[in-house]
Amino acid sequence: MSKTPEELLQIHYHPPKHDWMDPSIDFEARRGTWSYPGGVKSLEYLGLPNPREWSPTDEDWKLPPNWQEIVHRGFKDLLTKYRSLRIFMDCCVRCGACADKCHFFIGSGDPKNMPVLRAELLRSVYRKDFTTAGKILGRAAGGRALTIDVIKEWFYYFYQCTECRRCSVFCPYGIDTAEITMAARELLNLLGININWIVEPVANCQRTGNHLGIQPHTFKDNVEFLCEELEDITGIHVDPPINKKGAEILFIMPSADYFADPGIYTFMGYMLLFKYLGLDYTLSAYASEGGNFGLFLSRDTAKRLNYKMYAEAKRLGVKWILGGECGHMWRVVNQYMDTMNGPADFLEVPRSPVTGTVFENAASTKMVHICEFTADLIHHGKLKLDPSRNDWARVTYHDACNPARAMGLLEEPRYLLKHAVNHFYEMPENTIREQTFCCGAGAGLGNDENIDMRMRGGLPRANAVKYVHEQHRVNLLTCICAIDRAVLPTLMDFWVPGVRVSGIHELIGNALVIDGENERTTNLRGEPLHGEGEVSDDV
Amino acid sequence: MPKFTQGDVTIDVDEDGFMLEPEQWNEEVAKALATTEGVEDLTEAHWKVVNYLREYYLQFGVAPMIRKLCKETGFKLKEIYDLFPSGPAKGACKVAGLPKPTGCV
Repeated sequence: MSKTPEELLQIHYHPPKHDWMDPSIDFEARRGTWSYPGGVKSLEYLGLPNPREWSPTDEDWKLPPNWQEIVHRGFKDLLTKYRSLRIFMDCCVRCGACADKCHFFIGSGDPKNMPVLRAELLRSVYRKDFTTAGKILGRAAGGRALTIDVIKEWFYYFYQCTECRRCSVFCPYGIDTAEITMAARELLNLLGININWIVEPVANCQRTGNHLGIQPHTFKDNVEFLCEELEDITGIHVDPPINKKGAEILFIMPSADYFADPGIYTFMGYMLLFKYLGLDYTLSAYASEGGNFGLFLSRDTAKRLNYKMYAEAKRLGVKWILGGECGHMWRVVNQYMDTMNGPADFLEVPRSPVTGTVFENAASTKMVHICEFTADLIHHGKLKLDPSRNDWARVTYHDACNPARAMGLLEEPRYLLKHAVNHFYEMPENTIREQTFCCGAGAGLGNDENIDMRMRGGLPRANAVKYVHEQHRVNLLTCICAIDRAVLPTLMDFWVPGVRVSGIHELIGNALVIDGENERTTNLRGEPLHGEGEVSDDV
Repeated sequence: MPKFTQGDVTIDVDEDGFMLEPEQWNEEVAKALATTEGVEDLTEAHWKVVNYLREYYLQFGVAPMIRKLCKETGFKLKEIYDLFPSGPAKGACKVAGLPKPTGCV
């Protein structure tokens, strides 16, 4: 950690004196706010352009000699394919409604983190190269020549956007700034400019089926270990099928849920729930990742990674897919898959085998969010829950950006919490639901070298948590996204010590009363069940 | 590509000092890498953690879950932090020559 909270709170909202059109980023001086470049091995594995050793601090980024032509051609291709992008390039009136809605702007004060100006970094080149006024009048018409410094600036600021789309909620024209960032990253990718925290997970996922590079025998070992732990705590034996052909449902979760704290406790919650229901399901060692870091790199890699989940569903012959507590996966599935990969018409419209509910909302994608699935169970009185087992937790809920804004999953998680815990407190209304603040580390930015920017970007979220921590003694921040579960603990330790992080199905697992279980003396983390708001220090 | 050199040891590492070619690992490399983690002497307890990580990695190709590491070595998480101040993933795994995990972690 290179900076302290006190240092990061020295935020200056005064714009610099020099013209914004003349970029110059001192990468050496700005360590802690950018990410390491994509590794050669991963780029070669994926067949992506220009694999080489380089660093943003180098003067020479080793670009192909015709780099300007490559970007121009790529830009033209995007504008031709995506009418939305052309509209976003043309229709901004610079009203400024988005300006102070970005967590990175709030936390850094850097004007180029205002969504309007971030978009302008790309838009200025669009004007110069693709509009008549810009071609003739240049700067006077807001046009800007594409120089190496502009490329470097794109790298800096388009990897300081988490594609969270909070700004888009406030844009009167509905400009989707995430799609502007996606376009810019796509163009940078053509030159071999990207970051390793994205490229390596994508390569891993293509190779082994998940971002972490977990191979089938390791997948099995992890699953079995966690099930043994679960049995030690609950006395319930769980033996989930893996790659079982002919199962009714394929369950796909983010890989961190069977690898990293605190996601592994959410995994235990899923397993206990399925056991309780006697669900006919299977896990897959190949469709072993819900997340899709391809989305953060290019449309082609997003398409590839989405495809493999459905290819596996087809191979196993399941009827439909149940998706776990994953964030950006749902952006791909709900908003891009239909046109990118085509509808999954080889599967059946999902129908809950327990309640008979048909999930018409998933009629095309054939994938149901586990919060929808479980909320439906509770609604039909199918679960016996004892919320007092979660009395150690005073809970608030962080809406993950994509489930909230890309699929409108707002009520179900809250419905689950209200049945699984006794102490639930909302953060202020302009920081939740559609207006939720990003964790500050989504879209592939959750790495350690970017730590100062993560803490800055996470400040608005942390500030809202701090409010309920002080007002209501909240000590647990729940979420339904694996990136959240990975990065929010660091954010909390930095800004709001004393608040821990969990998934929702961890709390469902704690509360679930299941026949034949031992008397629960601990939660799924193995911590003694103390009284209200008390948490064991024994980790 | 950055190189890490100490005494007779020279290895390729990433920006954070993690080994890029884990097969080049040996005990001398571990001792050298440990100094970058503020660990001057590798005690029996350090080696217990490092050897477990190493064996696990060779069998499974990734780092073990932290919960599993604690259970198999008998150390509590806090004790692993006492041994390796940057913790199991960043400190102990680095000394054991494992690559840095990426993704939602």
